[in-house]
Amino acid sequence: MKILVPLKRVPDPEQKVKFKGNAIDYSGTNWVPNQFDEYAVETALRLTENASKGGERVGEVVVATIGPKEVSQQVRSALAMGADRAILVDGSDDNLDAEIVARTLAKLVEQEKPDLVVMGKLAADSEDNQVGQLLAAYLKWPQATFAASIEVADGGKALLVGREADAGVETKKVPLPAVVTVDLRIILPKAVRNGVTAADHAYPEGQRYASLKGIMAAKKKPIAETTLAALGVPAGLKVKTVAVEAPPARKAGIKVGSVAELVEKLHNEAKAI
Amino acid sequence: MSNVLVFVESLEGHVRSASLPAITFAKQVAEQGGGGIQLLLVGKDVQAAAAEASKLGVAGVVTVEDPALEHYLAESYAPIVARVAKDKGADVVAASATNLGKDLLPRVAALLEAGMASDVIAVAGPKTFKRPMQAGNIIATVEVQTKVVVASVRQTGFPPAEAGGSAAPIERAAAGAVDTLGAQFVSVNAVKSDRPELTEAKVVVSGGRGMKEAANFKVLEQLADLLGGAMGASRAATDAGLVPSDLQVGQTGKVVAPDLYIAVAISGAIQHLAGMKGSKTIVAINKDPEAPIFQVADYGLVATWEKAIPELVEEVKKLQAARR
Repeated sequence: MKILVPLKRVPDPEQKVKFKGNAIDYSGTNWVPNQFDEYAVETALRLTENASKGGERVGEVVVATIGPKEVSQQVRSALAMGADRAILVDGSDDNLDAEIVARTLAKLVEQEKPDLVVMGKLAADSEDNQVGQLLAAYLKWPQATFAASIEVADGGKALLVGREADAGVETKKVPLPAVVTVDLRIILPKAVRNGVTAADHAYPEGQRYASLKGIMAAKKKPIAETTLAALGVPAGLKVKTVAVEAPPARKAGIKVGSVAELVEKLHNEAKAI
Repeated sequence: MSNVLVFVESLEGHVRSASLPAITFAKQVAEQGGGGIQLLLVGKDVQAAAAEASKLGVAGVVTVEDPALEHYLAESYAPIVARVAKDKGADVVAASATNLGKDLLPRVAALLEAGMASDVIAVAGPKTFKRPMQAGNIIATVEVQTKVVVASVRQTGFPPAEAGGSAAPIERAAAGAVDTLGAQFVSVNAVKSDRPELTEAKVVVSGGRGMKEAANFKVLEQLADLLGGAMGASRAATDAGLVPSDLQVGQTGKVVAPDLYIAVAISGAIQHLAGMKGSKTIVAINKDPEAPIFQVADYGLVATWEKAIPELVEEVKKLQAARR
């Protein structure tokens, strides 16, 4: 199975947002891979290895990113985890929206012809939650969003995906090729079953760390570079961000000393009970 | 003009209340740009729900029915929504940002070549909206540049639309050929509950991993029932299998903004805070005085749940008895 995994770098979610007038001040920003995308890399690796035979590769994982040259740092970390190669499309966040990103990925899919695209359900910065669905629509492929589990079915021709739906977990079957976007629970020990690794295999929870060997190997793995123009992606934002601001601050809270005091405050002060 | 088409979810003959905030959003947009509102219901049999929807103060309701549409699939629903939007001359297509809405609308936007604003919390103009980013730490104003606009609506941003006035006409539109691109609905393990829906409850009582065992949630349920509230949980609690995943509050799971949110044995990871920071009054009960949840709490109590919750249940009972 050949899998394309789009990866985005985002400001570290643990870092406090700084504003500069009507814009975000990125001067001291620590950039990290989008966590949902790291989970997607982990998912793709689990789908393309035999974990019962020491992680023997049974497929290919290609990581794709759109961003400035510095994104190669986050791409290298995905390669160090075990992805095989990468594609870096030169671009700046100011000139991108969900639609342009999805159009770009569609072009890469035309070139690479993967069996599957696995990606994070959303980027922790813009939180649009659109690219996977748009990409599936442009490719006229089926989609399985918010995946909490994936099982390879029909001898590798389809996937059974457990999705985080409103009422509970929904199971959806999609034939390949397809787009899958992953949610948090995809990195639980038995969330991914590829039909090659023994069915009772349990992974450690979370995405894998790069080994020293993996980091050394990543230095030699190829990162192909291209541009939006070379791929023939039309420019022009469909959605423009015209202003950003901090949310209204919550007033500082207090600590109460007892349950009785809590109930008194909730009743008389907050009038919440 | 701002004619708005709202995709409305239905369940067992009723409009899902999760869809009502999207109708309020539509009313605000239609007011800004001058236009009417049409509601769209899709499924196997949605006439009863459509009759309910027709009384929500809108210009009309469109239904599209086919046995093949019994189960929602983005692949088959999106072309129908896009086609009805074109037929009705919709300038804006909206739905609540439920998991279904988030799954469906980008596909509709692709078919309509429309720009889409996600998780809208306020209307600033016919094509200009406010929306949260970065786990609610940024409020962005976005301007959609395309002729047709698609918007998903965060339920906590708009009050639910209310019934009133005369019933609007209901029109049946043909389903046409239903194409799922090979995708199939297999099953859903829906959990039934007599409590109010998490996203609409006035009170939410949430438990975290510190609750240790599934059986321990009983005492939280007791508190929730006393207050007429819903049960919630953190990711840690749902991952540990203490409660079903549909109770999860956060970036994954539901975004809630009740009048009162009580977080019990929840540390307060960013991804949880993103789902409940909009609550009016927040109470945190945690044995760790350094837990980040205390930074957003109006009232914090450093205590174990084992001691605090049974006491809280008794105090609330006393208060309610005194009120009678």
